Amino acid sequence: MPTLVFTEHHDGEPLRPSLGVLSKAATLWDDTAAVLVGSDVAPLAERAGAAGAKTVYVADDPALGDPLPQPRVDVLARLVADKGFDTVLFGASVLASDVAAGLAARLEGGLNWDLVDLRLDGDDLVGTRPALQDTIHVDVGWSSTPQIALVRSGTLEPVETGGTASVEEIDASVDDWSRAATMAEQARAESEGPSIEEAEVIVAGGRGLGKPENFALVEELAKALGGAVGATRAVVDAGWYPYASQVGQTGKTVSPKLYIACGISGAIQHKVGMQNAGTIVAINKDRNAPIFDFCDLGVVGDLHEILPKLTELMRSRRGA
Amino acid sequence: MKVAVCVKEVPESSAPRRIDPTTLRLDRSGEGTLNPWDLSALEEGLRLVEAGGGEVVAVSMGPERAAASLRKALAMGADRAVLVADDAAAGADLVATSRVLAKALEREGADLVLFGQQGSDSDGAVLWAAVADRLRLPLISQAATLEIADGKATVRRQTEYGYDVIQAPLPCVVAVSDAINEPRYPSLKGIMGAKKKPQETIALGELGVPADEAGEAGSGTVVRELKQPPPRGETLVIEDDGSAAQRIADYLAEQKLV
Repeated sequence: MPTLVFTEHHDGEPLRPSLGVLSKAATLWDDTAAVLVGSDVAPLAERAGAAGAKTVYVADDPALGDPLPQPRVDVLARLVADKGFDTVLFGASVLASDVAAGLAARLEGGLNWDLVDLRLDGDDLVGTRPALQDTIHVDVGWSSTPQIALVRSGTLEPVETGGTASVEEIDASVDDWSRAATMAEQARAESEGPSIEEAEVIVAGGRGLGKPENFALVEELAKALGGAVGATRAVVDAGWYPYASQVGQTGKTVSPKLYIACGISGAIQHKVGMQNAGTIVAINKDRNAPIFDFCDLGVVGDLHEILPKLTELMRSRRGA
Repeated sequence: MKVAVCVKEVPESSAPRRIDPTTLRLDRSGEGTLNPWDLSALEEGLRLVEAGGGEVVAVSMGPERAAASLRKALAMGADRAVLVADDAAAGADLVATSRVLAKALEREGADLVLFGQQGSDSDGAVLWAAVADRLRLPLISQAATLEIADGKATVRRQTEYGYDVIQAPLPCVVAVSDAINEPRYPSLKGIMGAKKKPQETIALGELGVPADEAGEAGSGTVVRELKQPPPRGETLVIEDDGSAAQRIADYLAEQKLV
């Protein structure tokens, strides 16, 4: 039952969501393979092997350098057909979602998305998908092949198996129509520190900060913890902080080890983006804020008092 | 320019939502409304046509009663609406929905196909890529801005790393983010006028889609069972008495998070 994992990368690094899916797949099947598509991606094959891939297929071509979905659908569709993969897994991202859905249409394979777990029931692959704003979990399956899945970012952690993979170069050619969309300007990380979806620590701010200048308090604490800064939709809409930092239903879904929510009420829009964090610490002056229902440690208090002190404590700890 | 905007009826957001334990599908028996995310796509289509001339057609798949929700698209300013309604189309997943929608869009032959960011019911945010693949049209998703000039779409779009600028020749498929605009409210005149606008309901047969390739029969995924999500652990809430920063620091150290 061969399985293929799309291994996404950015700036010469494989992405954690992809490696997490790969490690999970390696625990379910003995012969999990990975595919790398891009320009100068061959050196990443070793990382995919270490995360559990037995074989890494590499489509390495300068023409595939831009992270656009449609050329990747061409490469993957051919590989899946040639090798007879019956399962193709993705760690969700802007790019991976478009690739997965394009591939599903191309190969008429069922796609289940937003999965938070994968398991086998006998030979059947079963995915778990939260629904109705995560108030219920739905077990989903497939009735056609290839079975295609998008796993929610941050739900599966990479595990180094120390394995090595055999590497096979594959055809990197793409159809003309797939090349019609072109990248005029590619995104580069705009903020310092780790990308929010990859960050192990996130300090996030909401309306309770009072005014945009107070995001400095959040930034200082994030810096002291070596983490990234997150924001709620309300403050992004108000122009206090860039959309790229938005956590929630319309922003990023994150699952850092530590999430510190500052002046965030915990509206469902925000909750679905961060509730999978390992530990949630909330600081809010409103005792009735919903966030106090799903945090691990809640502090009812004035964040303008607490944040500078906490930042100082973290700095001295790091310095010690 | 002809713009086709794909829209969907979803359960009214104020109504309690539930999954029918027998069918394992979302209970859609209550009030329906246009998917709020699709309003941004409609607004964008209307602005483009208002500026450059042409036609906006709302295209949807759903039960016959969804025609009432589509009237809102007409009230906002769309010129006409096409609804694919067929009992055999019910229970469709991504592959089945995209198959039907692609056929309906082929029939329209629009210069630009627009999608909203997601469905408020299923949180699905992938349909456009499946439809674009079936139509063999270039695709740009997550558009925060969209400009059409010289037969080309230019999109600024947000990713995990910042903003890409992507271009594609028309015809193409663009999925917009809700950050792209502020959708208008239908005017009274728009609401009155909507009743006179052409609204078409078509069956699968008219699109040449066999019943077994649509709906649940044509789907590639199944729902197996419903479960309760695992509960979170204990929550400790304290009032700040001046020592909260220290207590947070101690807690983080205890949890080995710093």
